[in-house]
Amino acid sequence: MAKRKLNVEAVATRLASLSMPQGSAWATSAREAALARVESMGLPERRDEYWKFTRPDTLVQADAPIAALFHNEEGPLWADIDRLKIVFVDGVFDAGASDDLTHEGLEIERLADVTAKDIHWAKDVYGVLEANGQDAVDRPIAALNTAFTTDGIMIRVSGKVSKPVNLIYLHKSETSDVILHHCIKIEEGAEMTLLETGPAAARLNKSLEVEIADKAAFHHVRVQGRDHERRAVTGIFTRLGAESTFKSFTLTMNGVLTRNECVIELTGDNANATIAGACVGDGDDFHHDDTVFITHDAVNCESRQVFKKVLRNGATGVFQGKILVKKDAQKTDGYQISQALLLDDDSQFLAKPELEIYADDVACSHGSTTGAIDEDALFYLQSRGVPKEEATDLLVLAFLAESLEEIDNEALSEGIYERLEGWLARHGH
Amino acid sequence: MLEIKDLHVKLEEEDKQILKGVNLTVEPGKVHAIMGPNGSGKSTLSYVLSGKGGYEVTKGSATLEGAELLDMEAEERAAAGLFLAFQYPVEIPGVGNMTFLRTAVNAQRKARGEEEMSAGEFLKVIRAKAKTLKIDADMLKRPVNVGFSGGEKKRNEILQMAMLEPKMCILDETDSGLDVDAMKLVSEGVNALRDEGRGFLVITHYQRLLDHIKPDVVHIMANGRIVKTGGPELAIEVENNGYADILAEVA
Repeated sequence: MAKRKLNVEAVATRLASLSMPQGSAWATSAREAALARVESMGLPERRDEYWKFTRPDTLVQADAPIAALFHNEEGPLWADIDRLKIVFVDGVFDAGASDDLTHEGLEIERLADVTAKDIHWAKDVYGVLEANGQDAVDRPIAALNTAFTTDGIMIRVSGKVSKPVNLIYLHKSETSDVILHHCIKIEEGAEMTLLETGPAAARLNKSLEVEIADKAAFHHVRVQGRDHERRAVTGIFTRLGAESTFKSFTLTMNGVLTRNECVIELTGDNANATIAGACVGDGDDFHHDDTVFITHDAVNCESRQVFKKVLRNGATGVFQGKILVKKDAQKTDGYQISQALLLDDDSQFLAKPELEIYADDVACSHGSTTGAIDEDALFYLQSRGVPKEEATDLLVLAFLAESLEEIDNEALSEGIYERLEGWLARHGH
Repeated sequence: MLEIKDLHVKLEEEDKQILKGVNLTVEPGKVHAIMGPNGSGKSTLSYVLSGKGGYEVTKGSATLEGAELLDMEAEERAAAGLFLAFQYPVEIPGVGNMTFLRTAVNAQRKARGEEEMSAGEFLKVIRAKAKTLKIDADMLKRPVNVGFSGGEKKRNEILQMAMLEPKMCILDETDSGLDVDAMKLVSEGVNALRDEGRGFLVITHYQRLLDHIKPDVVHIMANGRIVKTGGPELAIEVENNGYADILAEVA
């Protein structure tokens, strides 16, 4: 994996500020293996193939840059939806603010409790899916996460659970530097919805490993906080069994730097994976990066990538998406679309769609577009009496709508829609 | 109602004069038709009146009930009572037809200082109007004009006109792309809106639309000017002999 001269010094500087938490034998061995991966890979640099569009330095330097706290005047998202709430304050689980974690069909435990146990299901997930995701592309920040994470939630799902689990992240310290790690195992035929909301920290490194067994389903809707100065690098690592479903949607509003990676492996036949995102960015200090890698390694699987970005006043959006279809993954249906709507000439969208196909009976399509507001549509709306500003917002929301359609639950997508309307209203013309 | 005086218009991007002194007055309750060969400036006139970008007015004026249209934004012209039925209605993916119409109706009401229409009231009104135009619930739900046939798009234009109840309606080649049945349906929709307070300007290439929407006055436009004005018989003359004779006569 290490194909270049390692930035040994940078690694040493970063590691000097971290210490590995104690745990049982399996956990310690997983952490040490992850540390070895970091040491062999080095930390990301601008010259790395998948970091050409996003500067990694502030994500890997020893100390997190300060991020001013942000007062969110909006009420809580999805307030009307019955959820099981789990609260983290600057990356630390807050039992007092959280709901009772017992719920039928769910086994919810804290990372520290799990890693202290000698025998636990998490042994087959924790660091395992992340390590798996290092196969084709180095992801040292995720390996660093496995080695040094201090908190997180482990969930085993054994039934069809309709009540969503909501991880709520609060950011209360402007210097918080957080490494969170969640593992989810969904047993055969089981189903869950995970919601994630909030900014989490000044700098967040978060991993989510999700093992989805045959005929199981995982729904995920995430809203990254509106803090202007926060930084986040997140990784989703998932493996899908036969006839299983993975659906993930992320809304990103503001933040100086967000890198959302997602590594999906379809290992069972007839599985179905969707990863979607909407992002709205305002200002030349906004940088958002979606980096996806989907591996088709089974027959008749479907994958969808739907990413939409609205950028203004010098904002930057990045999309790197790859579909790898292995030799025996016949009847693969891969769909990928990444589109940016640039509201001025100063904003930019950088896209790198990739297909690598070894099977001969597949249907893969990908499209990436960058455009401005459709002047004809704008005039049409204005000619019917809709003021230009309102017409522009309507067209922006219409542009983003295709990604919101990937959310199955209407009440959840309505909440997202309202957040977007609020953002547009605040970021006036 | 609509008064156009010595209107000169050129393209913004290039030095090309399109309208070279158009004079036209449409009285309330009247239907005026403009006919003319391709490139005579008919569509440009409709775009300039409704406020589309890309044109520069170099001289002249256009007023609606005394208010200067050319100083207004497109949306202000709409709120003032001007409506353009597009030759090519625009498809807007992601915006539901119903949402679009309700936003438009209420934006105009708001601009005029009137009370907004409630969702229930709006639904009642639009259902009734859609029915007469044979527009089904599915067409109302779909994104604006997306996947609509040519006839459906034109019917949708007339539905918008019916909902917005403008004072002055400009129909830009509403007959293009319509079969006989669709033309009849659309014309009936237009005729239903004819009343003594409303003016119409119908732009068309062919006389056949004017069989259905009977004009009071017919103008022939050529090379950026109105070159001849007459009664409905002028349209029949064009249909029989083409424009050549008329153009030769006025040259």
